[in-house]
Amino acid sequence: MIAGLSVLLRLALRRDRIMLPVWLYALVASVASAAVSLRHLYPSQGSRDRLALSINSNASLRALYGPLYETHSLGALTAWRMLAIGPVMIALLCQLLITRHTRAEEESGRLELLSAGALDRRAPLTAALITAGSIGLVFASVVLAVMLGFGQDVAGSLAFGLAFPAVGLLFAGLTAVTAQLAPTGRTANGLAGGALGTAFLLRSIGDAAGSSGASWVGWLSPLGWAERVHPYGGNQWWLLGLLVGAAAVEIAMAYLLLARRDLGGGLLPQRPGATTAGAGLGRPLGLAWRLQRGTLWAWAVSLIVFGFVLGGITKGLQQLVNDTPEAAQTIERLGGTTGVVNSYLSTCTTFVAMAVAVYAVQTALRLREEETGGRAEPVLATAVGRLTWAGSHLLYPLLGTFVLLEAGGLAMGLGTGAVLGDTGGWIGRLLAAGLVQVPAVWLFAAAGTALYGLQPQWTTGVWGLLGLLLLITYLGPAMNADHWLLDLSPFTHVPRLPGGAVHAAPLLWLTLLSGALAAAGLLGLGRRDLG
Amino acid sequence: MATAISVSGLVKTFGRTRALDGLNLTVEEGEVHGFLGPNGAGKSTTIRVLLGLIRANGGTVRLLDGDPWRDAVALHRRLAYVPGDVILWRNLSGGEVIDLLGRLRGGISAARRGELLDRFELDPTQRGNAYSKGNRQKVALVAAFASDAELLILDEPTSGLDPLMEEVFRQCVAEERDRGRTVLLSSHILSEVEALCDRVSIIRAGRTVETGTLAELRHLARTSVEAELVASVPGLADLPGLHDVQQNGTLLRCQVDAQRLDALVAVLTRAGVRSLICRPPTLEELFLRHYGGAASELEPQP
Ligand SMILES: Nc1ncnc2c1ncn2[C@@H]1O[C@H](COP(=O)(O)OP(=O)(O)OP(=O)(O)O)[C@@H](O)[C@H]1O
Ligand SMILES: [Mg+2]
Repeated sequence: MIAGLSVLLRLALRRDRIMLPVWLYALVASVASAAVSLRHLYPSQGSRDRLALSINSNASLRALYGPLYETHSLGALTAWRMLAIGPVMIALLCQLLITRHTRAEEESGRLELLSAGALDRRAPLTAALITAGSIGLVFASVVLAVMLGFGQDVAGSLAFGLAFPAVGLLFAGLTAVTAQLAPTGRTANGLAGGALGTAFLLRSIGDAAGSSGASWVGWLSPLGWAERVHPYGGNQWWLLGLLVGAAAVEIAMAYLLLARRDLGGGLLPQRPGATTAGAGLGRPLGLAWRLQRGTLWAWAVSLIVFGFVLGGITKGLQQLVNDTPEAAQTIERLGGTTGVVNSYLSTCTTFVAMAVAVYAVQTALRLREEETGGRAEPVLATAVGRLTWAGSHLLYPLLGTFVLLEAGGLAMGLGTGAVLGDTGGWIGRLLAAGLVQVPAVWLFAAAGTALYGLQPQWTTGVWGLLGLLLLITYLGPAMNADHWLLDLSPFTHVPRLPGGAVHAAPLLWLTLLSGALAAAGLLGLGRRDLG
Repeated sequence: MATAISVSGLVKTFGRTRALDGLNLTVEEGEVHGFLGPNGAGKSTTIRVLLGLIRANGGTVRLLDGDPWRDAVALHRRLAYVPGDVILWRNLSGGEVIDLLGRLRGGISAARRGELLDRFELDPTQRGNAYSKGNRQKVALVAAFASDAELLILDEPTSGLDPLMEEVFRQCVAEERDRGRTVLLSSHILSEVEALCDRVSIIRAGRTVETGTLAELRHLARTSVEAELVASVPGLADLPGLHDVQQNGTLLRCQVDAQRLDALVAVLTRAGVRSLICRPPTLEELFLRHYGGAASELEPQP
């Protein structure tokens, strides 16, 4: 028995007593509403087959939801719809849980206090893993119950439900490893988040490429494995075993590393710092750059790599069009081969924008982190006004988002041009596609700033808002969700480029709304107590 | 002499907690002012009001002839602040933080910075997360003392410093005073306060209970008296201004208000004194009474 484990477990449940039920509820609600709307939309076998045809012949839809092979039951349809995004949400939750209860606790100094008690050094990690594992299992049981309620068979429902905790555990294990290696909790989170993003893109790329060759790419991603479990149609249990086995290997590695690591430190060494500050580090701008540049670089590099790869697989789309006549029909409706490539690339651009929205929130919330961490106080006790200080950080959600969207667009244009020719034209079109997303992305940062300035204790709520709206953006259109629901998401209002028509009005009001929210936040910050 | 800090009737509430409840504080230019009070008395809260980080709910606050909330930036150019718990950026070195804070305040003297690094024996190349508590504190102290500010606001600045470094700190404060700087020093270390402060203010539960020079505070407090008399004196306990009287035959122990000491000694001399010890209160006794007792008890007896 690990000393202190039960105490830490209870502490974790106490601290997460709001967050865990909210996540659970959101995920269960998505599964249930997916099942309800799919039953309503595709009541007959014929309608389901037509759905499969249109999905399987459309690369951008495959990239979004994965291919649809099994159409004989509502369960299979629901599993197909949910297994592209649900596991990502569970994985994200598990990652957050692991860092929150291990490295974040160490850095805050709280774990040091606890560790001085009769606490095994493995206890915090174990408690975090058990919490992550249990929340996954609870979710699986609820999914099982829901699907049985819809009259689906037991084996399929079990495979469907278990796919979520299996993926969750794998990413929990991964985060357990990065938490041992990284010099800071922020880096540990970044590494794990990067891995999850990579897995998501590899899965999308593999599915978009379809049977045209590069589908093996999907096998590189654990999310691809989860998708290939095919609940209600084959039930590939061995893939669940593979996920859990990989998780076990990671967890074992994490414990081995843990035994070699000091509390509060990572295994990757830190170099000594400079004796004096460089010329740039003497103004708020310089400090913000110093604190934010690592994040910006990491995002830029990832988006450039992924943009290039996403662009590069447009080649496969055209081939597929030439291969299958039924597909060609659907594709004609979408506007011919150019239409297919355009709709695929505009979906990719929305992915990039959703990722950049995460960056926007992350950088905007840096203000809150600096304040509660006690690092804002010494800066604000010098001749730096609050607005200057806040502005120097908000430059990143303001301009960094622009840089990232354009970097992603440029890379996608280069990748597309490399395989389809007309590089200059594609770059131009995709830069424009990235540009129109900027106001939508700003809105999230602005909402975060408004909360930070006006109701600082609720600032982290903007993550919930982001998660909810991303879920709506992602699942809404395919579920024929009500218009008002889709309209909540700023991404719904952005022109679908390349290919779509550009209307300036939504861009304008998104910008104005963002500006107003940010201004309200800054105004609030100027009036309220700090610390 | 002008006034560097003048606070009167300051009120600050956090929800239902009344952290400051009519606090008064006056710090003259050029003095080192001790700011004392038990845990949770409101010292850090007062300092945060003075820094314009939080806004007062009532009362008037003037800092260097400005309004600390409205003129925060302009005032901060003229002051330096050391918090009691220095938290550094994990990936910035100490040297970088010193330069950064100095420059944000409007410049730092490289010579003075180097000299202070030597005196405090601080390695400027370590990263924020690698410093020990005392060394983190030194980073903030070097940044403050190298800044050439008119006013130093120090909130328990020596928490975590070793005795040698504590001594260096005292020298630095003394030098600042000699250069005509004003220092507001919140501290729990009484010997430090005694060695450095010209005047002190003691606060409790958000109110000022005492302010003045140490000599004045001592004068207001009671002297303890131990005497061996030739014959016992009946009715001593009824003398005004006498407290905690213990009589055991010819032995007497008691506390007496400073202004009644004369009268007591006269009574004792009449009875005949074999030995007499009069001891002014130690600083500890002085503070303990202020920290622990009920507020009404602290009013000097008429
Ligand atoms: N942000 C806040 N919210 C609620 N209460 C607060 C806040 N800040 C301070 N307080 C309360 O105000 C009172 C004064 O706190 P303060 O930090 O000023 O004490 P202090 O005199 O500095 O004590 P110490 O000697 O322990 O540093 C305490 O009761 C504290 O709980
Ligand atoms: Mg304090």
